[in-house]
Amino acid sequence: MSTLEFFLAGTFSAATIFLLAALGELVAEKSGVLNLSVEGMMAVSAAIGFLVTYETGNHLLGFAVAGVAGVLISLVFALTTITFLANQVASGLAVGILGLGLSALIGRDYESLTIPSTDGIQIPVLSEIPLIGPVLFQQNLVVYMTFLLAIIIGYTLKHTRLGLAIRSTGENPHAAQALGFPVFLIRYGCVAFGGLLAGFAGAYASTIYTPLWADGMIAGRGWIAVALVVFGTWKTGRIAFGALLFGMVSLGELIAQSMGASIPSQLLSSLPYIVTIVVLAIISTDKARMRLHSPFSLGETFDGTEGR
Amino acid sequence: MPFKLQRREHASRLMLIAAPLSAVVLSTIVCSGLLFILNKPVGQTLYSFFIAPFENFYSITEVFLKFGPLLLIAQALAVGFRAKVWNIGAEGQMIVGAIAASSVPVYFVDSTSDWLLPAMIILGALGGMAWAAIAAFLKTRFNANEILVTLMLTSIALQLLYYLLLGPWKDPMGFNFPQTVMFQNEALFEPLFSGVRLNTSIAIPIIFTIVIWLFMERHFGGFKLVVGGLAPQAATYAGFSAKKAVWVSLLLAGFAAGLAGMSEVAGPIGQLQRSVTSGYGYSAIIVAYLGALNPLGIVFAAFFLAVLQIGGDVALVSANLPISAVHVFQGLLLIFYLAVYTLVHYQFKPIRSASLSATSDHVT
Repeated sequence: MSTLEFFLAGTFSAATIFLLAALGELVAEKSGVLNLSVEGMMAVSAAIGFLVTYETGNHLLGFAVAGVAGVLISLVFALTTITFLANQVASGLAVGILGLGLSALIGRDYESLTIPSTDGIQIPVLSEIPLIGPVLFQQNLVVYMTFLLAIIIGYTLKHTRLGLAIRSTGENPHAAQALGFPVFLIRYGCVAFGGLLAGFAGAYASTIYTPLWADGMIAGRGWIAVALVVFGTWKTGRIAFGALLFGMVSLGELIAQSMGASIPSQLLSSLPYIVTIVVLAIISTDKARMRLHSPFSLGETFDGTEGR
Repeated sequence: MPFKLQRREHASRLMLIAAPLSAVVLSTIVCSGLLFILNKPVGQTLYSFFIAPFENFYSITEVFLKFGPLLLIAQALAVGFRAKVWNIGAEGQMIVGAIAASSVPVYFVDSTSDWLLPAMIILGALGGMAWAAIAAFLKTRFNANEILVTLMLTSIALQLLYYLLLGPWKDPMGFNFPQTVMFQNEALFEPLFSGVRLNTSIAIPIIFTIVIWLFMERHFGGFKLVVGGLAPQAATYAGFSAKKAVWVSLLLAGFAAGLAGMSEVAGPIGQLQRSVTSGYGYSAIIVAYLGALNPLGIVFAAFFLAVLQIGGDVALVSANLPISAVHVFQGLLLIFYLAVYTLVHYQFKPIRSASLSATSDHVT
């Protein structure tokens, strides 16, 4: 593989982590719930996914258990904010702290261990094409599934009755309830779905992208996923584009090193965070546009009473 | 759902006190269960967490050593949280404060001037404020979400710290460890008693707490921040500026976190190193909430979390428990607190008709 091929192929692989987590957060936010515990959910799932894969050698099982772990953690958040009406921002932080602590506790005996890496799928004929072949047609199955999922989620939100129910709940839960939509159930479902995808994102990070466990390995990617939802103005296509952009930026360090550039590695490590801040500032400047695109009741608790 | 939550006519004062206490009890129970599953000695760990920190004089001074920065940062964060300014990057502001303060002894290695410490105090506060000002500027000028910006700034501050410690500020005689020279005595706070690490910097959080209390409870300025956060339109109508609330909240937090970072390098650590913050910036968020965002409540909450932190250090040795167990406990504490806090404004009402589902029981 040439450096360019390696770079572009790696971009898709790195983007998959961001995209999975961001799609989950998108669905939760569309239903009006701001779940800031993505980083923590990913960390727990990454630890459990690694542990299961390491012990059984079965990647699929690792993914499944990681997904379940993500759902369980997200249900703690759902119970706190949806049933007990707690502040979503503070609860998200709390569950995030719990998640990071749990991940360190679970992964303690597995620190720095590795598992064999998995091969990508070689799509016949297409993978033989120079440049495009290795970049697009030799990726891991999860990469294809994730981008397919983006299309499915985009379509579901926009064109189906389920999507309408989710969007109504996020825009105005009082009206949605009056229309007969089960608001609490929808919000629970959307938060759990977000937990599932954050779980898969964590498992992908610790078992496929870099097949090892290290405490703190999620390294802010969950937070960048939350930011991606804002960058994409709650639209799947733009979120996928943003994920690819950040996949590319996060490879900057590796690429610069391989080319022998003399930039301090700490500056390169900071790059994704700096880019996040800059893009966030640019996207958010238009206040009216942001309000138009964001789910209207996002972050507000809903106690089941009739409209305000 | 066999019950529903109904809004109370008046906030319950009893629940205001009961919420943090039940959070402590519930977290302790869940944490014990977790330890049991993980096959760790439950009794031994609980003893280490809650009793051991009070066993001798040195431990008690160590509790107060942790109490200081937690109190200082949490008081400032609570002002912002009351105004709905979500600064969760106190950790980063603390790092930059520590860096700015350390520049003095790093560049004046041989100085024995009495002005070292005052200069460090001023630079520490300014460093934290400058870092927080970035978020305030981006929020007020570009509407950029302060949660994400302050968090990203923390990651950047950490990289800046690593760069300095591995590069220009590395102690040339330090066997390549990522740390600066040990600071001279003139750049350090005086210990309160001989043989302990607790030092005169404890005065800073105490004075700060009194000032904040006066500001929030007695002065009109506190009202402005509350109004600015809770009802921006009402605030604008009354001539208060939401932008001002953002600036005041963030600069205050930067000031406090910067001073906390300074107190660490000029106190127990005595140099700049990688683990300069000990996670105070994050723990302070929990302290602020557990104290009900109230200056007096925060004093108790800060003390409790300081005990827990020292207890965690003890459990690390006595029960071979990783320090992450303390984070689990802290996370649970805040989750339970937030859930139970709802009962200050709501009460349980049993649902009479069993045929109605939980989701449609309000539709009439």
